[in-house]
Amino acid sequence: MAEIKYTDDHECIKIEGDVAWVGITKYAQEALGDLVYVELPEVGREVKKGEDFAVVESVKTAAEVYSPVDGEVVEANDNMADDMELITQPVSEQGWIAKIKMSDPSQLDGLMDEAKYNEYTESLD
Amino acid sequence: MSAEAKVIDMAYKIQQAEDGNRGLHYEENLLWEKEYSDEPGVDLPEPAGLASRTGVEVRGEIGLPNVSEPQVLRHFVRMSTWNYSIDHGFFPLGSCTMKHNPRLNEKMARLPGHAHIHPAQPESTVQGALKLMYELQSWLSEMTGLPGVCLTPAAGAHGELAGMMTIARAHEQKGNTHKKVVLIPDSAHGTNPATAVMCGFKVRNVPTGDTGCVTVEAFKEALYAESEDAAEVAGMMVTNPNTCGLFEKDIVEIADLLHKAGGYFYCDGANFNALVGKVRPGDFGVDVMHINLHKTFSTPHGGGGPGSGPICTSAELAPYVPVPTVVKKGDSYALEWEEDRPETFGRLKGFQGQFGMFVRALAYMMSHGADGLRQVSEDAVLGANYVLSQLKDDYHAPYAANGPCMHEALLTDKKQKEAGVTTLDIAKALTEYGFHPMTVYFPLVLPGTMLIEPTETESKDSIDRFITVMKGFAADIKAGDTEKFHAFPLSTPRRRLDEVKAARNPVLRWA
Repeated sequence: MAEIKYTDDHECIKIEGDVAWVGITKYAQEALGDLVYVELPEVGREVKKGEDFAVVESVKTAAEVYSPVDGEVVEANDNMADDMELITQPVSEQGWIAKIKMSDPSQLDGLMDEAKYNEYTESLD
Repeated sequence: MSAEAKVIDMAYKIQQAEDGNRGLHYEENLLWEKEYSDEPGVDLPEPAGLASRTGVEVRGEIGLPNVSEPQVLRHFVRMSTWNYSIDHGFFPLGSCTMKHNPRLNEKMARLPGHAHIHPAQPESTVQGALKLMYELQSWLSEMTGLPGVCLTPAAGAHGELAGMMTIARAHEQKGNTHKKVVLIPDSAHGTNPATAVMCGFKVRNVPTGDTGCVTVEAFKEALYAESEDAAEVAGMMVTNPNTCGLFEKDIVEIADLLHKAGGYFYCDGANFNALVGKVRPGDFGVDVMHINLHKTFSTPHGGGGPGSGPICTSAELAPYVPVPTVVKKGDSYALEWEEDRPETFGRLKGFQGQFGMFVRALAYMMSHGADGLRQVSEDAVLGANYVLSQLKDDYHAPYAANGPCMHEALLTDKKQKEAGVTTLDIAKALTEYGFHPMTVYFPLVLPGTMLIEPTETESKDSIDRFITVMKGFAADIKAGDTEKFHAFPLSTPRRRLDEVKAARNPVLRWA
C-alpha cells in the first residue's frame, strides 16, 4: 500500500514518482459536511506550495484546497465533478482532486504520516 | 375503537387519500406539476388568416402551466402559509435576514409625494425627494463620522463592491499600481474576499486569535508577510463588530499600522446596528464602510426588499465614490454627476438608488432621534447578552469567558456533539418548536457555530421562551434522549429535505 502523507491543512497526498495525487482527509470531510461540488484546477496550471488550487463546497460551507508542493497540474479528476461521492474514496484510488507534477519533491519531506496526522487531529478536537 | 375515534380515523383517511390537506395545513404542488390542461386561465381566439412571416408557428404549445387566476392565487397564498416570518414570531437569525419593520416607515413611503414620483423627473419638481436624500446623507455622515456619502448601492454586497471600487479608484488615481493585496480576517463574511477578487485584488488571510478577534501580532505578521513596508497592501476589509459578535478591541492600532503602509480600511458595516450612537467608525480609522439600511435602519428585505447599501467615506476618498450624490446649493438641491466629480469611478446603478428605502430609513432615524437610536443599539446588545448569560452553561460559549458580546451571541454544538446531536439537529428542533433557527455553521472560525441575534425589538418574555426551549434541548440531550433530534421537524409541511441531493442534482428546469 502506498504511503500517504498529510498536511496540517488536511490535504492527503499519494506520491507516485514525481507526481503528487492530492485529496482531502476524512477529518476534513467530516468537518465540512457532505460535499456537493468541487472546482477543479485547469490542467497545465503552475501552482506554488501553499497556493489554493481547488475549492470544495458542502451544504454548509466552502473550503480551499492548498497545494503541498510547487509544480504543474497534470490531471484534474473530472469524474469527481460528476460524482462527488468519489471524494470519500482513498486518495490512492478515486479520491484525488488533482495530480501535480512536482518541481521539488523534497518539499514533502516535512509532512506527517498517518500516525502523526491522527495524533494531530486528536489534538484539534 | 370508540365511535368517535372511528369517525376521526375515517375523516383522516379521506384527507390523506385525497390531497394531504389537514386542518389549516394545505398541501401544494409546484405550479409545473399541476395538470390543469382543461382549465386554461385565458381563452384566446384562434388566429384567423395569419400567415407566419418568420417561419415559426403562429400558435403552439410553449410549455407554460395552464391555470386560472383563482388557482394561481391559491397556489401562492398556500405556499405563503408555509413560510415563517418576523411577523410570525421570534427570529433569532436576526437582522441579517429580517428585523421588525416599523409600520410608520411604510406609511411615510406610501405618501403620494414619495410613492408616485419618477426618477427621470426634472430636479426642480422633486426638490422634496432630493432634500430627503440629502438629510439621509447627513444623518449617515453624522453617525459614522465619515463626511462622504453615496446612497446608490442597492444592497450590502453592492455597497461592499462600491467601497472596494472606491479604494481601487483612489489607488489608480494616485498611481499606486503596485498595491494589489487586501487583508481579510478569517471570520469575515464570504462576500468580502469575493468582492476583493472582483476588484482585481489578491486576498491575504489574517487568522483570528483564541479570543475571536484579530490581534495586533497576527495582523502585523500578515501585513509584513511579503515585504518590510507592506508596499503591496492596498487595504483591509474588517467587519466590526465581527461575525463572532465581538468588538475588535485593537482596531485603532491595526488601522494605524495599515495607514502607515498606505492602505485603506474598508469596514463591512453589516453589524453597525450594534454601534449606532455609541461609536463613530471614522474615529477608529475607517476610510470607507457600507451601511445596510435594510439591517441597521429597519427597511424591509429578505423577500420584501429591495436592500439598500449606501457607503460612507473619509474626506480623502470622497471624490472617488460612485455618482450621483445629492448636494445642497443655496436653498435648492441637485444631483452631481461625472462632469461635477471627475475623479469618480463612475455610475454603479441606474438612477439614484432605492428611494423607497431612503424614505423608510430616514423615517426610522427621525422617529427615534439620536437618543432613540442609541437605545436601539443598547437594547440589541442587551438582548444578545441576556441570551448568552442564560445559555452559556448549557452550550459551549467559546468567548463568553472574555466578557460580554455585542449584538450577537455565539454558541457551538461542542457539548451536544459528544451525544451525536449537531447544530443542524438543534436548528431543525427549533423549527418543530415554532422558532426560526439561528444562523448556523457561520462564522467558520469554529465548528458547529450557532449565532443568535434577538434584535432590539424582542420582549423579555419572547426571549425567555426561546431560552426555555434551548435549555430543554440541552437537558434532553444530556439525559440521552437524543433520537428525536434526528427526526425533527415532525409538524412542518415538509420534514427534512435532502440538501445534499438538492445541491448535487438540482432540477433547474421543468422537462
